[in-house]
Amino acid sequence: MSWQKNIFDALLALDVRHVAYVPDAGHTDVIQGANEHVRMNAVPLSTEEEGIAVLAGAWLGGERGVLLMQSSGVGNCVNMLSLVKTCQFPLLILVTMRGQEGEPNFWQNPMGSITGDVLSLAGLEVRTIDQRETAGDMVAAAGEQVFKKEKAMALLIEQKVIGVKKFGD
Amino acid sequence: MSNLGNSLERRDVVGQLLANRGDLLVVAGLGSSCYDILSIEDSSADFPLWGAMGAASMMGLGLAMAQPGRRVLVITGDGEILMGLGGLGTIANKAPSNLAIVVLDNERYGETGMQKTHTAGPMNLAAVAAGAGFPVTGTIRSNEDLKAAIPTIRQQPGPVLFDIKILANQASDIPSPQDGTMLKQRFREALQV
Repeated sequence: MSWQKNIFDALLALDVRHVAYVPDAGHTDVIQGANEHVRMNAVPLSTEEEGIAVLAGAWLGGERGVLLMQSSGVGNCVNMLSLVKTCQFPLLILVTMRGQEGEPNFWQNPMGSITGDVLSLAGLEVRTIDQRETAGDMVAAAGEQVFKKEKAMALLIEQKVIGVKKFGD
Repeated sequence: MSNLGNSLERRDVVGQLLANRGDLLVVAGLGSSCYDILSIEDSSADFPLWGAMGAASMMGLGLAMAQPGRRVLVITGDGEILMGLGGLGTIANKAPSNLAIVVLDNERYGETGMQKTHTAGPMNLAAVAAGAGFPVTGTIRSNEDLKAAIPTIRQQPGPVLFDIKILANQASDIPSPQDGTMLKQRFREALQV
């Protein structure tokens, strides 16, 4: 069972219904799962900050969601995160990192180098997933905090965890 | 200063939109729209956005998807919706039939000194929404247009977007509860979620 599948299963167990995303290869299995599972609603976005408002609206309506993006998208979210802080909306963001070890495109480095700091400044608790074995458990633990205590949390999935996507991985 | 072709008064429009509202849920966008809904009543079935410009339509989408049995109406301004036009595509792609958006379009940034928005120029928001994939769109310029459109806004399967051209005059601010955590909790309690 792959680490991405473990993340998807953790989200299912948390009763996450809405998966809002701007795609990244590192989120492939979760996005596919969200599009296929009867209890999930996949919400493709045109830009990442839309997802923050979509999930706040879903919470107003009584349902849980998760937001998937890569690190470049964090920069798009900054002002929208004021909604989360002001109203204490629960927010769970999974961020696949770019601009780290193995990055082929150095234009990704500036945003990648400040991703965690930006999220911290905006009021989110930031945790790092640095190995595949712990990914599912870390999502499960973060989700408990987020939805039971209306907290905002981001999990940064390091680029070395994502690696090269292989068939059957 | 006023946009000469437009005659509708914003609070009269909002009063008509919310008359006999039943179980309608409302999200209002940053700026005058929040005061406009408060001028009718301070309802726990309303969520006013006092910040996060550009959020209103997307919050309406999330709420509509989580509450498919309830009609959700987003009331916002032209400046507010211009900040997130890509979101119209996101909404059309999910196509929630219970979501309607009305833009109180005074063709101005009302909170910052009445500077013109793009809708004062050639931009047509109803055409933008139609192009994004909204099945039901229109532009409202008169009270007759408004009366004819209200059943569509309140009931017709959507998503629906109407651009309502209004006078560019400033309505008064109203003392308003702005504690976001309270507004969120109050809304959820009213929905019993």
